[in-house]
Amino acid sequence: MTTATVTRVTGTLAEARPLREAGLYELVRVGARGLLGEIIRFKDEIATLQIYEDTTGLAVGAPVIATGAPLTVTLGPGLLGAMLDGVGRPLARLAAASGDFIAPGASAPTLDPARRWAFTATAALGAAVRGGDVLGTVEEQPGFVHRVLVPPGVEGALAALASGDYTVDEPIGRLADGTALTLAQRWPLRRPRPVAERLPADRPVVTGQRVFDLLFPLAEGGAVAVPGGFGTGKTVIEHGLARHADADVVVFVGCGERGNEIAEVVQEFPRLIDPKNGRPVMERTVLVVNTSNMPVVAREASVYLGVTIAEYYRDQGYRVAVMVDSLSRWAEALRDIAARLQEMPGEEGYPTHLASRLGQLYERAGRATAAGAPTRTGAVSLVCAVSPPGGDFSEPVTQASLRVAGGMWALDASLARKRQFPAVDWALSYSLYTDATAAWFADAAGLDWAAVRTRVLALLQRDAELREIAGLLGHEALQDRDRVVIDVARMLHEHLLGQSAYDPIDAACPVAKTGRMAALAVAALDAALAAVERGATIDELELPALRRAYVALRAAPPDAIAARAADVERAIAALEVRR
Amino acid sequence: MIAVRTHHGARALIGALAYVEDARGAAMGEVVELRQAGQPPRRGQVIDASDGLTVIQILEEPIGLAPARVAITLTGATAEAPVGRELLGRTLSGVAAPLDDLPPPIGEALRPVWGAPMNPVRRRPPGDFIETGVSAIDGLNTLVRGQKLPVFSGAGLPALELAAQIVEHARAGAGEPFAVVFAAIGITARETRLFVERLRASPARSRTVFYLNEARDPTIEQLMTPRFALAQAEFLAFDAGMHVLVVMADVAHYCETLRQVAAARDEVPGRRGYPGYMYTDLASLFERAGVLHDRPGSLTQLPILTMPDDDITHPVPDLTGYITEGQVVLSRELHGQGVFPPIDVLPSLSRLMNAGIGATKTAPEHRRWADQLYASYARGREARLMATIVGEAGLSDPDRRALTFAADFERELIGQGHARRTIGETIAVGWRLLAALPRDDLERIDDATWARRPGAAP
Repeated sequence: MTTATVTRVTGTLAEARPLREAGLYELVRVGARGLLGEIIRFKDEIATLQIYEDTTGLAVGAPVIATGAPLTVTLGPGLLGAMLDGVGRPLARLAAASGDFIAPGASAPTLDPARRWAFTATAALGAAVRGGDVLGTVEEQPGFVHRVLVPPGVEGALAALASGDYTVDEPIGRLADGTALTLAQRWPLRRPRPVAERLPADRPVVTGQRVFDLLFPLAEGGAVAVPGGFGTGKTVIEHGLARHADADVVVFVGCGERGNEIAEVVQEFPRLIDPKNGRPVMERTVLVVNTSNMPVVAREASVYLGVTIAEYYRDQGYRVAVMVDSLSRWAEALRDIAARLQEMPGEEGYPTHLASRLGQLYERAGRATAAGAPTRTGAVSLVCAVSPPGGDFSEPVTQASLRVAGGMWALDASLARKRQFPAVDWALSYSLYTDATAAWFADAAGLDWAAVRTRVLALLQRDAELREIAGLLGHEALQDRDRVVIDVARMLHEHLLGQSAYDPIDAACPVAKTGRMAALAVAALDAALAAVERGATIDELELPALRRAYVALRAAPPDAIAARAADVERAIAALEVRR
Repeated sequence: MIAVRTHHGARALIGALAYVEDARGAAMGEVVELRQAGQPPRRGQVIDASDGLTVIQILEEPIGLAPARVAITLTGATAEAPVGRELLGRTLSGVAAPLDDLPPPIGEALRPVWGAPMNPVRRRPPGDFIETGVSAIDGLNTLVRGQKLPVFSGAGLPALELAAQIVEHARAGAGEPFAVVFAAIGITARETRLFVERLRASPARSRTVFYLNEARDPTIEQLMTPRFALAQAEFLAFDAGMHVLVVMADVAHYCETLRQVAAARDEVPGRRGYPGYMYTDLASLFERAGVLHDRPGSLTQLPILTMPDDDITHPVPDLTGYITEGQVVLSRELHGQGVFPPIDVLPSLSRLMNAGIGATKTAPEHRRWADQLYASYARGREARLMATIVGEAGLSDPDRRALTFAADFERELIGQGHARRTIGETIAVGWRLLAALPRDDLERIDDATWARRPGAAP
């Protein structure tokens, strides 16, 4: 360990010397309180440190201790259900140590050092093992098998391994060369974990949101950006996905956002039941939380921490979804640090390395065959909220995200103001995963998903054109067949694309129901247009009755979907009754 | 941090910044005293501590300071605020010096003005309804305890009047202790008077602490004023168990001062010259709102900010909106029509509304009632826009009905005047307006809710 003294403190940065023996990105402890920091630059004799905690009171002359290792996270059983701060400290144990408010310099290990886990060894003694091989299992949560892996880069003959109860730090076995094996392993969070082979996307992550599953799907291993001004519902979407997305593990990174929203998650997730296994959603969730008033440098680390944890479960063969809310706050942390380093600013003050750092981050999403034996396939899917200043998508973080993300769910303030949620601008949004996921959806819903999707988009497009005309020439200028389009499109906007996050039934929509609702809207349009073609006027059509039946279908619980869908079919057949 | 030490002379004085050479052991945020013969003493704080040049931000008017003669004392302490129940009823400066001819406050404790972040797992999700008596807020953008809900105003719009009305009318539950902390940040004496006078006759007066930094006071002090106020508010809420409402006006002035300091330090400017860390800085104020587990009090914030040129995309309202849990937006158009309070509900939002409404809190049908009012009003506003192009005759029948609805809504529900309305009265007005529309126009209301509405046939 090398020691040095602080020569300067300005905001979140400090300078110290001499630290010539230390390495770049090495972790340091600063001052009497032992504030956590990281070396980010060497220049002449001076090392620049970014400090992960509040620096108020840190004085020139304070001691600096270099720890000899970069910022790492301890990965092992006990992560599921945990709530960590941006550098991996468990918030509950920090509260036990320092109370309701977080005191600088507090420390607590990521995983509970006292907890014992029942480990079942599966690897054969004497076998040659290497990074990624499964040594055995631990039941981390009821029904959730945590696979204990040989850490990447480690290999040798397995000399000892025994089932039993262990803490995360106790040796469960060793290699012939004496290397101890434990339930936990450490990994530097800025470095992607290795995989055997990256795989193309072949199925979606079902979001339960009709507008996404139908029009802009997220592929397993894919990444989408969700840009939207304030109040457009980014956080509600991210929370909804964390609740309902069909993933084995969900990592939610609250990066520079509101404490009260996190409090809501913390209260709600342990009570919310995952319908797939009847267990609380919290048991499959890892929360990484760095609220906007917590230290800005830790905000930068929090996103890497979340992705590293996700990769660790991917390596065990799980499908992991990561939600980041919001990536803009992460980018602002980069900007803040770069500005204090007096780096030459790029666009809007962001550092010139913004795009490349963003690219590296998005690339950590993906489907892959994990390293090691037995063969496992896992995926990390990434959904990143972006908060463009003034809701202007031309800003650097949105634009850099779009270059690397496979989809954009663009949120629109004018829809939000009408309380049309999710406020997705369907004309601006896109997904590059529609082809890769269409077959899976078609199979799950039992209908031609791609064809229905095309028809819905065409209807939305036609509706937008017609409304533009009506806006210029008046409603009178439209013919009945155009008014029918507008009428059905209104129903579609309101009840197919619109979805209430607060209604227990509507909050998550099964794929089959989404497909059915979309197909029925298209059938209704065809029937209404055919009737007009036969000479009916729009006032003679029973469109209000159709809409009522459609609203009832939207509100239908799973066991009533078939009956309500049949009602809509009858209403379509009876459209011309009034005549 | 080490003991008190004094330096004679400054290397440079630039605006409100003093540069001192070789200030050994200077600490980030350390409180500094500047003394000079024939000059009033001044306070400052270290914002860049270095074994080379240390930068000190002077919190008071720097006129007359001479680099060769000034004595700069580093006190070895970081800024602390006197806090306590005895401060209620007092009028203090922006840094807690007395302005009311009483001795300086001693308080029950000294607290660091910078505060510390609440541990998110110790936060209790806010969900206790605050009845402000304002329909547009209670009915459509419900405020709850522990929320931060700013008022986005424009020059000349009655934001402070609205805030005063809320302070006057907001009711805590029977027997629950409440308090108001008012931080004036660079507003005019006239604005302060307006607020103080509204409160004078109300029982809230003796339960209010005023921290006043008016336009004539040193601007740098504005960076400290909200922090002194929040330190006091945190004590009242979390140590004394009171329900505290913090009114801060005007956040736009605060941001300008932040920009001024950043420019003086040659920092890389962000949007419109505001520093890139403004989001983080504002968050360090707004995130101090909240409620905690196992503690009875609450800290609710009602910051007021003036949108330059009524532009909601300007960095000040924009960054604020990203931090706060919604916003109440005032409309020049409604103000011009004599509607009070002139709240435009479409861009307004309360993110915590759902937690604060419902059967046990307001009314069982509140959510759908509000959704329908929003949907019908939004349709009416769209129709109004369309009517300016194609004329009212060119509208479809439902659009024409929505147009009439929008006008009634603005006049009757929003434009309640200065009277107080209970939540029950607000809900009743809403139902009366909705009843004027045919059932088929009310798509956000399901049959069960419709059947339960007041006045429905049994």
